[in-house]
Amino acid sequence: MPGQAAELVFDAATKQYAGRSEQAVHDLSLTVPAGEICVLVGPSGGGKTTALKLVNRLIELTSGDIRIDGTSIKEQNLVQLRRGIGYVIQQVGLFPHMTVEANIGTVPRLYGRSRKWIHTRSFELLELVGLDQSYAKRYPAQLSGGERQRVGLARAIAADPPLMLMDEPFGAIDPIVRARLQDEFLRLQNEVRKTVVFVTHDIDEAIKVGDRIAILRRGGRLAQYDTPAAILEHPADGFVAEFVGQDRALKALALHTLAELDLGPPREGVHVAKSATVRDALALLIEQRADMLAVTDADGRVVGSLTKDELLA
Amino acid sequence: MSLVLAGGPVIPNFGQGSACETQNGWFCTDWVHEHWGDTLQPALVQHIELSIIAIAIGFVLAFALALVGFRYRLLDPPIGLAADFLYTIPSLALFQLLVPFTGLTRTTVEIALVSYTLLILYRNMIEGLRAVPPDALEAARGSGFTRAQTFFRVELPLALPAILAGLRIATVSTISIATVAAFVIPNGLGRPIFIALEQNVFKTEIFTAGGLAVALALVADGLLVLAQRALTPWTRLERQA
Repeated sequence: MPGQAAELVFDAATKQYAGRSEQAVHDLSLTVPAGEICVLVGPSGGGKTTALKLVNRLIELTSGDIRIDGTSIKEQNLVQLRRGIGYVIQQVGLFPHMTVEANIGTVPRLYGRSRKWIHTRSFELLELVGLDQSYAKRYPAQLSGGERQRVGLARAIAADPPLMLMDEPFGAIDPIVRARLQDEFLRLQNEVRKTVVFVTHDIDEAIKVGDRIAILRRGGRLAQYDTPAAILEHPADGFVAEFVGQDRALKALALHTLAELDLGPPREGVHVAKSATVRDALALLIEQRADMLAVTDADGRVVGSLTKDELLA
Repeated sequence: MSLVLAGGPVIPNFGQGSACETQNGWFCTDWVHEHWGDTLQPALVQHIELSIIAIAIGFVLAFALALVGFRYRLLDPPIGLAADFLYTIPSLALFQLLVPFTGLTRTTVEIALVSYTLLILYRNMIEGLRAVPPDALEAARGSGFTRAQTFFRVELPLALPAILAGLRIATVSTISIATVAAFVIPNGLGRPIFIALEQNVFKTEIFTAGGLAVALALVADGLLVLAQRALTPWTRLERQA
């Protein structure tokens, strides 16, 4: 079975459907470094999902190439290629006739792993996605939407693929559970460090989970590919600026913590942890009608201060 | 109707039997007791044989046709139509049509019985295969299942509830239709019924043989329900979360 993480390269990848004037994906070139999450985001008709499915060849390239760790996907056996890529979709697609354990064991079984190995591995993975071991014997019909998507995630990483494709994985889940799943996905990613291509239409989700964001516009054209902070602070053009929203300055504040700022000498004021984001600190100032924040460390000791002006500088 | 009943070994003799038998009572236990071994039991065993052979052949044939109709959608309507057509021919007429070719033989009976199972089995198999959720198929494809693995590990098991539902109906109706086989060969539970009809409508024999056919159908259906539960545990689940 595979392992580690792989570098993914789109090299002038193009998809033209027969009978359509516009290309679905146009000359897309970008590199996702090994172990990073690349979010494809954009309006509908931007070719995000098409670009994703080009990678595991559920859709075939018209021209250009895609390479995983230097090997073109066109040179690999289709079935082998897909087994080496974790695949998570919005509708989850769990097999209704299999238990959670059997669902998780799907790909390892294709690799010929023993029942016992799969049993042990499924317990590991259930824990990793935050589900109790008692879930192993349940069927998908007995799970909630959020639980199903956790199992879908566990199934996708069961064979330890170096690359994961996630197509709006949390799109069908209510906002509260979605936020929790995003957090847990990021914690999980911290442990497994896979290369991930993540499709969403939600810019806030993109900012939250992406190490890098690729914004696609109609006709599958890449508008900008950069880190969330760079995209919020320096949108490449009017389209990107509009897409990320009027409140992009505020969104950018959420990307930095107080620890990154130059703090003033310790003084009394409203207490806020050093690990809080600038956005949360600002919200606190507004809520408390305060002018001064006392920044605390992990033990709750005041280690510095910030005035409103310093915060917004 | 020119079909002749072949000569059978046991014809109830009203003159020699008990009072119940001579008066053709509603149900004579002593007759049943006396003729279980020479009449009823052999007829039941033959009936089971006729039915199992027909259902087994019908199942294999319908499955092969369903594979073709599922894989090549264009062929589904003509196959379905042919099965439809066979199903609409009255059983007696079908026997009559077959006799010039296959004679008064077991083959004639089995051809007829098999042709009645095809429609129900075929339609249920196709419906079951088509009802497989598309997201499960996409997950299978994306996970690197081969075409055969997708069929045997995903499509077929998920079609199983529909296939078994079809098998239940086909089994019960085959057991019922198999009584008519006695028009062609001296076999099955239809045989004692026909003989009783000729013997001044001997009630005990009609009821017992008819009752056995009903009981056989119920038992077969019950066994299939048990098989269904064992093979498709996921269909009976309520969400617990």
